[in-house]
Amino acid sequence: MSQPTATRARPVSPHLQIYRFTPTMAMSIVHRITGIVLYFGMLLLAAWLVAAASGGVWFERAGWLLGSWFGVAVLVGFTWAVWHHLFGGIRHFIWDTGVGTEKHTSTLLAWLTLVASLVCTAATWAVYLVWF
Amino acid sequence: MSNMRTPLRTVRGLGAAKDGTTHFWLTRVSGLALVPLTLFAVGLAFALIGKDQAAVRAVIAQPVVAIPLILFVVIGVEHMRLGIQESIADYIHGELLKVLTLVANTACCLVVGAASVFSILLIAFGA
Repeated sequence: MSQPTATRARPVSPHLQIYRFTPTMAMSIVHRITGIVLYFGMLLLAAWLVAAASGGVWFERAGWLLGSWFGVAVLVGFTWAVWHHLFGGIRHFIWDTGVGTEKHTSTLLAWLTLVASLVCTAATWAVYLVWF
Repeated sequence: MSNMRTPLRTVRGLGAAKDGTTHFWLTRVSGLALVPLTLFAVGLAFALIGKDQAAVRAVIAQPVVAIPLILFVVIGVEHMRLGIQESIADYIHGELLKVLTLVANTACCLVVGAASVFSILLIAFGA
């Protein structure tokens, strides 16, 4: 064929602003955002491991930064991102089996993801503060 | 709606990214592996808070810690690469910029993986 078969504009799907905002939509967006946040978390983990493997000065500086109010706030944020992305992933595994895609069930799963992530973040830090 | 694909495209079943369900499947399998590994990593992180460098190295040097930590990093880095690749494909439309960000994503994940694994091995072998 010398001519392209499709010369008209291809059909496109409407984007987010067309739809009414729903919990499932919000949790889908948050799942992607937490994934991107955790990408940077892994960068920081790599930097911390390099510091732990090399000279003491860098490890002390990293420790000082992580112990500051800013560092603790970032760690709490990462803890929540981990839990949220983990529960979001489990939600996807449930959907992959063909279960839970019905409107009310998926909305319930969306709320459960949010609640479970917040509860587990609070529980993780509570366990830390009590036991360590 | 009429089918936009040629018969050959349909029979190959590989889609626009030319690798079929590979991306989907790798995301799921790496995600499944990361469930226990992430729980381990979070537990390890909290166990290491406030410890000095010698104590941290002594913990990481143990095989029961070093091995799952390496698995967490390697599988995590692959899961990251797949996830960000999907985001780039969704949001970046210019062909040149898309290719460059996809390459940067892969490079970044490789650097993070290599730096982490090498550091864990350095600690584990007591260098």
